[in-house]
Amino acid sequence: MSEPTMTLEVLRYHPEQDQAPHFQTYEVVYREDWVVLDALCYIKDQMDGTLSYRWSCRMGVCGSCGMMINGVPKLSCATFLKDYYPAPVRVEPLANFPIERDLVIVLDDFMHKLTSVKPWIIREADKPLSEGEYSQTPAELARYKQFTLCINCMLCYAACPVYALDTHFLGPAAIALAQRYNLDSRDQGRQQRKGVIASHEAIWDCTYVGECTTVCPANVDPAGAIQQAKLASSLDWVKGVLMPWGGR
Amino acid sequence: MNPYHRRVAPTWWLSQRTYFLFIVRELTSVFIAAYLMLFLLLLYQLSVGREAYEAYLRFLATPGMLVFHVLALTAALFHTLTWFNLLPNIMVVRYGENRVPAIIVAGVNYAAWMAVSIFIAWIVFSR
Repeated sequence: MSEPTMTLEVLRYHPEQDQAPHFQTYEVVYREDWVVLDALCYIKDQMDGTLSYRWSCRMGVCGSCGMMINGVPKLSCATFLKDYYPAPVRVEPLANFPIERDLVIVLDDFMHKLTSVKPWIIREADKPLSEGEYSQTPAELARYKQFTLCINCMLCYAACPVYALDTHFLGPAAIALAQRYNLDSRDQGRQQRKGVIASHEAIWDCTYVGECTTVCPANVDPAGAIQQAKLASSLDWVKGVLMPWGGR
Repeated sequence: MNPYHRRVAPTWWLSQRTYFLFIVRELTSVFIAAYLMLFLLLLYQLSVGREAYEAYLRFLATPGMLVFHVLALTAALFHTLTWFNLLPNIMVVRYGENRVPAIIVAGVNYAAWMAVSIFIAWIVFSR
């Protein structure tokens, strides 16, 4: 008995020869325990070695294999074929990013934005090692822990219509990460991040569509992080107006 | 290299239910702005005099205006309800390691809304 098969429509783009991307259809073996990434690896190994895509861990940790699957941003390693079978599955590179080749997108814009928010603990002065580590209570950890779970997969950028329409927008993941460090009791860098975060191209550009939170595979809630940053920034402003001598 | 830049279709907001609802929510502000203009005109007519004010009231009672007010009320309610439902994601209230449950944060806001509405209704209808 022949094995069941399933149709994958994959967006292809070879910059050396193509003016524009086009869809290529592959009839792949269907296995109930396969995810979309397995099917892509099957195509690469058995049918067409020219197909390019990013992947690494296969278990939703590395954040490399984000793709548009039937128009929705998903990790291809966590998207099962059985949820679509027997209908065809359409695989495209993440929306809102330039296409480098096939399913590979250009990451430069996101990488630049990520570093612009200084996502590390900033201290005004480091205390000497002899004084020991910076300790933190479970309650202090709980304030920011959710925002540490980001795997930089960029699904949130692909889901965000604000970023789609204006790529100057700092975007969900970068702001959520800035908020993660701003909420960390060990960090003192909030004023340094303020210029990037509290601008019209950052938190105030967000119109709270909320799709970034919906598609997030790590339950980070970037949309919530952005609104919470808006609230904190507004309170800063009010304090600055009411108490110009000490409102910070 | 020659990366390919895809264009966003002008109909992007029709591509997904959540995008569509978002745009509907944004458009509710048009109805609310229009209602406020009518309300400001009402105050202006009041300052002009009794006759102008009563003529304006008759204009507001025309079928077209009634339909508009029903639409504006629907828009305002949609905006308010969706806003209160989003509030727990924005207002993070903590006790120790835990967050106050969303239903309580939203509930307090709903209760405050009801209290203010009842107070206004009392002012309007108690004369």
